[in-house]
Amino acid sequence: MKRIVSLNINGKPVEDAIADNLLLIEYLRETRRLTGTKQGCDGGECGACTVLINGRPRLACITLASTCDGAKIETIEGQGEGGRLSALQRAFHENLGTQCGFCTPGMIMASEGLLRQNPDPDDAEIKAALGGNICRCTGYVKIIKSVRAAAQQSAGAA
Amino acid sequence: MTKPRHFHVAGTPVPLVDGLEKVTGRARYTADLTTDDALVGRILRAPRGHARIIRIDTSRAKALEGVRAVVTGADCAQSYGVIPIAMNEYPMARDVLRYRGEPLAAVAAIDAKTAQAALDLIELTLEDLPAVYTAKEARAPDAVQLHPDKQGNLEREVHHSFGDPEAGMAKADLVRDEVFSCAEVNHAQMEPHAALADYDPERGHLTFHSVSQVPFYVHLTLARCLGMEAAQIRVVQPFIGGGFGARTETLNFEIITALLARAAGGKVMMHLTREESFLTHRGRPQTDVALKIGMTDKGKITAVKCEVVMAGGAYAGYGLVTILYAGALLHGIYDIENVKYDGYRVYTNLPPCGAMRGHGTVDVRHAFECLLDRMAHELGLDPFAVRRANLLRAPTFTPNDLMVNSYGLGACLDKVETASNWYNRKGKLPPGRGLGMACSHYVSGAAKPVHWTGEPHAVVSMKLDFDASITVLTGAADIGQGSSTIVAVAAADILSVDMSRIRVIAGDSALTPKDNGSYSSRVTFMVGNAAIEAARALRQKLVLAAAKKLESLPEDIVCEGETFSVKGSAQSMLSFQEVALAALAEEGTITVKGTFTTPIKAQGGKHRGGAVGSTMGFSYGAQVVEVTVDIATGLIRIDKVWAALDCGFAINPLAVEGQIEGSVWMGMGQALSEETRFVNGLAVHANLLDYRVPTMVESPDIEVHIVETIDPLGPFGAKEAGEGALSGFPPALVNAVADAIGLEANFLPMTPDRVLEALIKQRRAAKRKVAS
Repeated sequence: MKRIVSLNINGKPVEDAIADNLLLIEYLRETRRLTGTKQGCDGGECGACTVLINGRPRLACITLASTCDGAKIETIEGQGEGGRLSALQRAFHENLGTQCGFCTPGMIMASEGLLRQNPDPDDAEIKAALGGNICRCTGYVKIIKSVRAAAQQSAGAA
Repeated sequence: MTKPRHFHVAGTPVPLVDGLEKVTGRARYTADLTTDDALVGRILRAPRGHARIIRIDTSRAKALEGVRAVVTGADCAQSYGVIPIAMNEYPMARDVLRYRGEPLAAVAAIDAKTAQAALDLIELTLEDLPAVYTAKEARAPDAVQLHPDKQGNLEREVHHSFGDPEAGMAKADLVRDEVFSCAEVNHAQMEPHAALADYDPERGHLTFHSVSQVPFYVHLTLARCLGMEAAQIRVVQPFIGGGFGARTETLNFEIITALLARAAGGKVMMHLTREESFLTHRGRPQTDVALKIGMTDKGKITAVKCEVVMAGGAYAGYGLVTILYAGALLHGIYDIENVKYDGYRVYTNLPPCGAMRGHGTVDVRHAFECLLDRMAHELGLDPFAVRRANLLRAPTFTPNDLMVNSYGLGACLDKVETASNWYNRKGKLPPGRGLGMACSHYVSGAAKPVHWTGEPHAVVSMKLDFDASITVLTGAADIGQGSSTIVAVAAADILSVDMSRIRVIAGDSALTPKDNGSYSSRVTFMVGNAAIEAARALRQKLVLAAAKKLESLPEDIVCEGETFSVKGSAQSMLSFQEVALAALAEEGTITVKGTFTTPIKAQGGKHRGGAVGSTMGFSYGAQVVEVTVDIATGLIRIDKVWAALDCGFAINPLAVEGQIEGSVWMGMGQALSEETRFVNGLAVHANLLDYRVPTMVESPDIEVHIVETIDPLGPFGAKEAGEGALSGFPPALVNAVADAIGLEANFLPMTPDRVLEALIKQRRAAKRKVAS
């Protein structure tokens, strides 16, 4: 069955008829063609599909799109303004927090969720927040460095 | 023009040239190439470990509405494989299936639901055969034989002897032997496998996108298996979500996707699930290493004997290369005169193994560095001193004819010894905490490619056009390691131009020169050298044009920071654009190319299999690992890692650091928690929860020290940096655990249950000793 669902995706209001069994990741990638959100596993194992739902990091691969009625959804495509990078995007780019890049959108969205709750996290807090996001390239060293750099930069800008 | 601006040069850190796409989500990976007109491909996989295929009835599947194509093993009678002499695999099993999960049939349908429904309508009639799941079972005298031409299920045995191993052992003051058992591991690259095949029946052309590290090999294999001319095929490489060796050979699903597209006369998208990606495998095989080392009381190694048995899975893949590597790279790291190696690669009814980061060397290096440590301990020698007693002196050739031109292992030892404060801390940490160290090395590209054509090993082209931009064309597959960035840096450095003037186009057989692919850490060395040569050729043309314009001699032209001037006279200075246009006026659009060919002397010994292990230069690494072990739970925590790597020269130090961190950490996964597991051939690990890749929570800080030795053949003096550090971690960990709790473990991974069991055994043994 389909139902009419109102969403706000990256600041843009959308109304859509969405099947009850459609996963949010399928809706984002296939219906809305927002392919920045990645599927790295068969459901809830790797964190690559992390998006923000009402500001909180959530796994799009185990979320039904129809349950997001009225929600504000943010994906990697909505980060940054006017074509410029967000603080986290810049930090991941400059500090090599990304290698193959496949985990990167999820990693950045989970980090964004963290920094909004906790603008100055220590390493243990970063690890706890990103513990569900697997990266196979970096050994996480430069990811932690990237998150720290973004936090410092945002603190400097504020 | 004012003073030349400061431009990027090799040796300074630079972000990836394709990093912006990755952090913004604009990077398109294979699965992101969604199109409405693509059919959905799905694969039917074997439900048994070993069986004769009596019948595969696809009639009901074909009749289902929305199904556009169904293919089976009958649709491809052409075997394939990465090694020309060992092509014993078919994209879908024919006659006999040899592992659970092997593709048997495939469907292309209008949507995923229909494709799945069609798979369910395919009827299999199978006749079970006995199956062998371990090397021991496979080698038993009465074992069922997987391949008719391979008696005893031996894919390849290797017997190498250098020097006089017996005499060497006789000279030793201490001889010790141990057997180490290392579990099978998988690459678990973050991107699940995917392919998009588009067949145009009118033209008879196939356009193919996939996740490959070796688009060139995929191209050749598609031509072979589809019976097409290579000229009718175009292979394009989108962004690749990691490889680590999983994709260094053509994979069955790639050929299947192409077969489906041709059968359907259109476009087929194939997404494999994570489970299917695990089943496609090609990981590091379960390996038993029986190692014997002879040593003088001063720690000098007098002889080594090593027997290796690898359980390779159902098909050849890279197997014979893996078993050769394991023996060949006993050499090249230390000065050892007498070496005997016996290797056995065995077929089993499990998913085929292949190449994985540190190909062939990791488990053997593990055994070697562990045993070295234990012998040092027995002789009362420091682990660092034992390594130093066995250093090579470059330049040299090893007894198996491996060329060593630069050798920074000693410097790596110095770095991590100092950084970890080894002398003041080793043996002095509180109970349950310990320090361990180990060394490692790896090749900078195989000196002989598996597909030998006689061509140069790498070609890079460059184009300079009316807009004064430089387009670099390379077939090298950037799988996240930053190969496109290295090529751009090489061009920018030699031409002394801003990076923004350079565009890199990579991995499209219609546009870019052929490249063998991203494996054996060959790209920086070979493609980097080819890029330097191409850039030099372009620079020469620009210098000639500038000389003409400035009415000077070419040798007096200074090319720096996008300007050209005559040496000693700064007044008449031309901009890059002016010189580019002057050069174009001579001949129009300028295209140049550079190549790299490995020198004959780098190509290894004349003995059978002697080419494997041969390379232009080895990276060398040393690392120290600090651990805390909880003896109540068996849980090991890694507190800190100090890793030094001799990469010759760090063209991009940021990427070198990233590669070292990543490889140390991948070694940590293998050492601590990663292993594939099968129950009667059924994979029970095939997801990212049961296959335990370390998360950020259990991952330590890794302090990287780069050692530069400036290799005479390397691009700017560089060698590899992406694999060499991996194999140092597992033995350094096991040595650290021995230091922490006195447990000498001969198994990987060091999971808590295994550690506890070993501790209990050790306590019982100690009690028995007291009692007797």
